Amino acid sequence: MPDTIIPGPVAASPLRWTDDITRVPYWVYRDPSLLKLEQNRIFEGPVWNFLCLEDEIAEPGDWRTTVIGRMPVVVARDTDGSISAFENRCAHRGALICLDNAGAGAKDFQCVYHAWRYDLRGNLQSVAFRRGVNGKGGMPPGFKLEEHGPRQLRVTTLHGLVFGTFSDGTPAIENFIGPEVLARFNRVLGGRKIEIIGRFVEVLPNNWKLYAENARDSYHASLLHLFFATFKLNRLSQGGGLVVSPNGGCSVSETIAPTVSDDETYAGMRSVDEDYKLEDLRLVEVVDEHPDRVRHQIVTVFPNFVLQKTQNAMALRFFTPTSGDRTNLEWIYFGYADDTPDMRRRRLRHLNLGGPAGFVSMEDGCVGGFVERGIATAEDEAAIVEMGGGGIESQDTRATEAAVRGFWSMWRRMTGL
Amino acid sequence: MSALLRIAELNATYAAAIDSDRLEVWPDFFVADCLYKITSSENHKRGYSAGIVYADSRAMLRDRVTALRTANIYERQNYRHIIGLPVIVASGTDRISAEAPFLVIRIMRDGRTDLFATGVYFDEIRDEAGTLRFVERLVVCDSGHFDTLLAIPL
Repeated sequence: MPDTIIPGPVAASPLRWTDDITRVPYWVYRDPSLLKLEQNRIFEGPVWNFLCLEDEIAEPGDWRTTVIGRMPVVVARDTDGSISAFENRCAHRGALICLDNAGAGAKDFQCVYHAWRYDLRGNLQSVAFRRGVNGKGGMPPGFKLEEHGPRQLRVTTLHGLVFGTFSDGTPAIENFIGPEVLARFNRVLGGRKIEIIGRFVEVLPNNWKLYAENARDSYHASLLHLFFATFKLNRLSQGGGLVVSPNGGCSVSETIAPTVSDDETYAGMRSVDEDYKLEDLRLVEVVDEHPDRVRHQIVTVFPNFVLQKTQNAMALRFFTPTSGDRTNLEWIYFGYADDTPDMRRRRLRHLNLGGPAGFVSMEDGCVGGFVERGIATAEDEAAIVEMGGGGIESQDTRATEAAVRGFWSMWRRMTGL
Repeated sequence: MSALLRIAELNATYAAAIDSDRLEVWPDFFVADCLYKITSSENHKRGYSAGIVYADSRAMLRDRVTALRTANIYERQNYRHIIGLPVIVASGTDRISAEAPFLVIRIMRDGRTDLFATGVYFDEIRDEAGTLRFVERLVVCDSGHFDTLLAIPL
C-alpha cells in the first residue's frame, strides 16, 4: 500500500528530521510553519477526511458544516440523492456560505454578503446584479460562472460514514485503510443502522498530532489509565494486539476479555490498586454483541479519525487543529437504531469511560498538554518511540509503539520532511 | 422556610461542598435511585440521551468520587460555582421541579482562572424526612465545548 501514496516533494523548509521514526523531533509539535504545510499536504492531500454520518444528511437539501483541518466545509445531500462536499467559502469575497451547524430543505445556498448563489454541489449558479442595474455596473461580459467556485471534494461512504478527499490520487477507502482495519469497521458498523446519541467537543491544549499519537499508543493505556488496569479491561498481558495498516497510517488496538483473574505483571506499578472496587458494577457489565470476546477496540484512520467500541459504548472521534497548540476533539456517541431501551441505557453508562469526563479518557485530554508544556524549549530534542522495535508492522502485543511509528511514516511521506 | 429558600439553600450547600473539595458528601445531595447527567444545550434540544457524565444511581456518584480520588490523573484544580436564584417550575405532593442558572470558574494549580462552564440545572427534588435531595439533576451546559477535561462534577 505505501506505493499508492505519492510522497510529497521535499519541503523548502529549514526543518530537518535527521533520525529514523524511532526518534520524533519535538519541532513537529511546535513549529508554526507546519500548520500550513500540513493543511496543504495532509488534510487537503491524499487522505480520507471524516465529514459526517450519512444519516445526518438523509434527505435531499439536508446539509451540515464541518472542517477539514482548518478549512470550513459544507456537506450536502443533492437532489439526486448523492452526497457532495465543498469548501464553505464564497468565490466572490471569501465569506462563509453556510453559517450554521446543519440545516434541511435547502434548494441552493446563497452567500449573505452579496447574494452569490450556489447549487447543492457548490457550483456557482448566479451573481446578483450580474448585468448591472438599469444598464449600469455589473460584471464584465467575459465573466464565466463555471470558472469560479469553492473547491469541491470527492466523497465516499463506508457503513454510513461520509469521508471526503481533495486528491485524485487517494486510493479507495477500503484500500486506504487495508483489509484488517476494514474488518474492524465491519465488526462494529457492518449491516447496522447507527444513531447519534450525543455530541461534544473537547478542546485540547496541544498540537493535534499529540492526540493522533495517543489514539495509536497502545502502550500507555494501562499505565496512564487506572480504570482499565483495575477492572482488567485493558492490561497489556491480556489477550489482544495491535494491527497497523499496510500504509502505516491506520491501526487497530484491541483487547480480549480476561480469562485469568490473577495478574502479577503490574505488581508495584502506580496504575494498579487491587483494593479499588466499584459500588455500582453496571458500569462494567458487558453484553457481548459480536461473535468474539473483544471488549475494547480502537480503530484509527490517518490522519484524524477514530472509531471506538469499549464494552457497549461506541463513539467516533475526529480532531482538527484550531492553531498550532489547540485542537478540537469532537466526540460523536452512537448506538444502533434498533437498540432495546435496556441496551441504550447500558451504552449511556459505559460512555462514562469516554469523553471529556471519561474515567478512562479524561487523562488523554490532559497528557498532550503535559507534553506541550514539557517541550516548551526542546525543539532540537526528540521523543523516543522505540517500544516493539523500529518497525510499523502488526504485533500480537500492545506493548509496542508500532502504530505511532506508522503515523509518522505516513506523515513524513506526505509532508516530505 | 419557603420552598424557594430551601432550594436556594440546597444549591448553596451543594456548591460549597464541591468548591471546598468535600466531594465525599456530594452524592448525599441525591436520592439513592437518582439520575445525574451533564450535557449541553444543543444535545438537550436534539433529544440526545448521552451525557459526558451519566449516573443513574447514587452509588455511581460515589464511584466517580472514588475514581477521582484514587484512579484519575489530572492537574490540581478547583471550581467556584455561582448558582443563581432558583425558579420553581412545578410543585407536587412529593416533588418539586426547579431550575437555576449556574456559572463555574475553574482555578488551575498555576493560578490560571477561566470561565469553565455556564448553564442551567434542571432539577427534580424530593423531601426525604426533612432533607431535600435531587431525584434528578440535569446539568445543561450552554456550550458543548469542554476545555481539556471535566474531572470535578458541576
